Amino acid sequence: MDLKDKLVSSFMAFENNVDVDHPVHDVRTEAMKNFEIKGFPSKKEEAWKYTSLNSLQKIDFSIFPKQDNALDYKDVKKYFIHDIDTYKIVFIDGIFSSNLSETTHDGVDICLMSSALTKPMYKQIIDVYFNKVASKYESLTTLNTAFSREGAYIYIPKNKMPKKPVEIVHFATGNEASLMLQPRNLIIVEENAELQVIERHQSLTSNEVLTNCVTEIFAAKSANIDYYKVQNDVATASLIDNTYINQKSKSFVNVHTFSFGGKLTRNNLNFYQNGEYMDSTMKGVTILGEKQHVDHHTLVHHIEPNCESHQDYKGIYGENSTGVFNGKIIVDKIAQKTNAFQQNNNILISDKATINTKPQLEIFADDVKCSHGCTIGQLDEDAMFYLQSRGIPEKEARALLMYAFANNVLESVRIPELKARINKLIAKKLGVNLGFDL
Amino acid sequence: MAYTEEELKKELETKEYEYGFYTDIESDTFPKGLNEDIVRAISKKKDEPEWMTEWRLDAFRIWEKMEEPEWANVHYEKPDFQAISYYSAPKAADPNKSLEDVDPDLLEMYRKLGISVDEQKKLQNVAVDIVVDSVSVATTFKKTLAEKGIIFMPISEAIQEHPELVKKYMGTVVPKTDNFYAALNSAVFTDGSFCYIPKGVKCPMELSTYFRINEGGTGQFERTLVVADESSYVSYLEGCTAPSRDENQLHAAVVELIALDDAEIKYSTVQNWFPGNAEGKGGVYNFVTKRGICEKNSKISWTQVETGSAVTWKYPSCILKGNNSVGEFYSIAVTNNFQQADTGTKMIHLGKNTKSTIISKGISAGKSQNSYRGLVQIGSRAENARNFSQCDSLLMGNDCGAHTFPYIEAKNKSAQIEHEATTSKIGEDQIFYCNQRGIDTEKAIALIVNGFSKEVLNKLPMEFAVEAQKLLEISLEGSVG
Repeated sequence: MDLKDKLVSSFMAFENNVDVDHPVHDVRTEAMKNFEIKGFPSKKEEAWKYTSLNSLQKIDFSIFPKQDNALDYKDVKKYFIHDIDTYKIVFIDGIFSSNLSETTHDGVDICLMSSALTKPMYKQIIDVYFNKVASKYESLTTLNTAFSREGAYIYIPKNKMPKKPVEIVHFATGNEASLMLQPRNLIIVEENAELQVIERHQSLTSNEVLTNCVTEIFAAKSANIDYYKVQNDVATASLIDNTYINQKSKSFVNVHTFSFGGKLTRNNLNFYQNGEYMDSTMKGVTILGEKQHVDHHTLVHHIEPNCESHQDYKGIYGENSTGVFNGKIIVDKIAQKTNAFQQNNNILISDKATINTKPQLEIFADDVKCSHGCTIGQLDEDAMFYLQSRGIPEKEARALLMYAFANNVLESVRIPELKARINKLIAKKLGVNLGFDL
Repeated sequence: MAYTEEELKKELETKEYEYGFYTDIESDTFPKGLNEDIVRAISKKKDEPEWMTEWRLDAFRIWEKMEEPEWANVHYEKPDFQAISYYSAPKAADPNKSLEDVDPDLLEMYRKLGISVDEQKKLQNVAVDIVVDSVSVATTFKKTLAEKGIIFMPISEAIQEHPELVKKYMGTVVPKTDNFYAALNSAVFTDGSFCYIPKGVKCPMELSTYFRINEGGTGQFERTLVVADESSYVSYLEGCTAPSRDENQLHAAVVELIALDDAEIKYSTVQNWFPGNAEGKGGVYNFVTKRGICEKNSKISWTQVETGSAVTWKYPSCILKGNNSVGEFYSIAVTNNFQQADTGTKMIHLGKNTKSTIISKGISAGKSQNSYRGLVQIGSRAENARNFSQCDSLLMGNDCGAHTFPYIEAKNKSAQIEHEATTSKIGEDQIFYCNQRGIDTEKAIALIVNGFSKEVLNKLPMEFAVEAQKLLEISLEGSVG
């Protein structure tokens, strides 16, 4: 039985465990219908031209973990940004772990999707926001919608700011031979409120894991959101991460994606700008080796005038790795005075590595400034010589230049401890110890 | 008149090929529709050898199994391939006639379009192989070229006279299976040009063909094959004009360029097919497959100025197979009113030290849509490949769109690729500056557009550059608002 059939038939089993009379369930049923028709995307589809899901579909993933698993904090401490205090929403094999988490209802709601979807007090918010920005047609998003039950739920009311950043961490214990997870997150930041989120998916063994995650983010007027995605999973973990962001006037949303690990990673990052004078920033550093595959798919839809968007993705590809960047900017007819910038720079350090990039512009307004730049190249030989002639060994010199290459993405990380952590990850990935942090 | 025409149309639709050809005063046209018999009839009409007929039939069978591509960013009513007549030859045409024998009416028509054959011949040192509705009617300078061993003739003649060359090269760059329109063209092409430059010969003049669509309801399926043998050089010009037509006309050409070791081919196009009227009615569908292959140390350079056609679907490409080969693409695409253009290039780097340059300038006005779609591919064995791409779009008015779809695929670590794209509009201060100095707005825009496209215009041969500059101005007329 292939994965699609398995998922379709599991839906009935899933229905036994949720409240089928709740209005959300109509949304799920509708989404399931769409997935049943569309199935998994194939390489024939333009959006999936460079990423194949065929091999994943052959794996017999369990859709529901059989038992509750527990983890000790000391065993997984290293996966948290433990040097600062954070709110934590932790899931083990898709199930909430109250033991590892630290949630709150003190002025802000940082809690669980399962309670938001079932408790009457949240019904009004769910009615307004749930599945309102996520695509109702993209097959993997609808698959997630159909099985949406658990994930992080964050609600920041007007003029509030949580005391500390929020960490959303998903662990896969490997108690199942192969596991498919479908977390669903909903984040609402009201007018003039602020939020910082760090998200991470971590597999603890080398058993196969496939995560199909959907995050909906609503940034109201003058809201300010920083979202950091740390992707440094083991070589048997695959991630399809779908993020949909709806922005209102004068809001700022920054998304940073750090992709160092995993077998197959697909990031669908979609920004919809419903308002004026706002800024959307997406930045990414990708460093790959082995047979890793990372596909960054971004969309910025400029719907109204006077907005900005900035994209900056850097990639370093070694060994047999494959990188894909597909950035799309749409500027609607009325979205005059839009400034949309896109930059994608890549370095190939191995003969067997591949990079496919497609920076795409679709512009319908005339008074706009839009540009995209894309480069594929190598490290500057002169710079290498300069460093080596001053006694820096080749390997370190190379790493230093790569650091410099990726650095302007790191500059905008606003949590210093996270920045330090990312620096360490980069050093480790490049296989050097420079003895200092940038 | 209208009555008889309608009658005729009806009759034709029901008639089968065996009942004979449609012949009115001016031309000799096949009944509408496409089947194996029509393909055979075209081949027979051209007096083609058996292998050619088989080649066409093979292409036809492939075409039947294919589907019309839909991925391009253009929207149009799909042509009914069974409602097109696949052959039509002007009555006065006879390839063996000299220029003096050409029907004076036809010559007059060229004069109206500003293409004076005599002038071309005498003043501009250009050998012109004019194509009106699929058959060559005048070939000039054949003699001068023949002395150098250069073969420049209609492809139908080349099939007769140089079958070994045609057989060897045709379909090697654009195979029959390549795409829907290429397969269709392979099955039904009626004419086009063949050009062969022997080893070490530098073609002394710019070779040129002017195409026209004349008969209403006939599609033109041109096939051009240019072979530059080792260490040779040729510059080839292709210019297009078409008279106003209400119904959409289909144009599906195939151009194949072959540059052997150390050879250089420069191929320039000015395309000005009927773009449809201001309401977007009528106009030519231009679905063209153009591709060149570069052997060692060779160079192919495509330059195009696209101002016409209601729908353009065109990607002149280079396969950089040989080491140290060079591919270039310079393009200006202007769309106005309801025109749609999806154009660009493919640079396939296979050899070592290959280089490619892409400069694309898109200008959209009115309610038009202009897309750049390009591919730069670096193969895993293409050491030190180098590419530079620049795509600039200029938007005039608020109802048009500019799109870029650049695909970049690199499989070699020594590759160096740069891609840049910008979108902008004509600055008010620029216009103001011109106005202030007594240049009216329309002229000012022409001036700015010319400046914007200068990098590409410079690459055109002199006489073409002047024409192209005028064309840009004409196509943007009335787009100031």
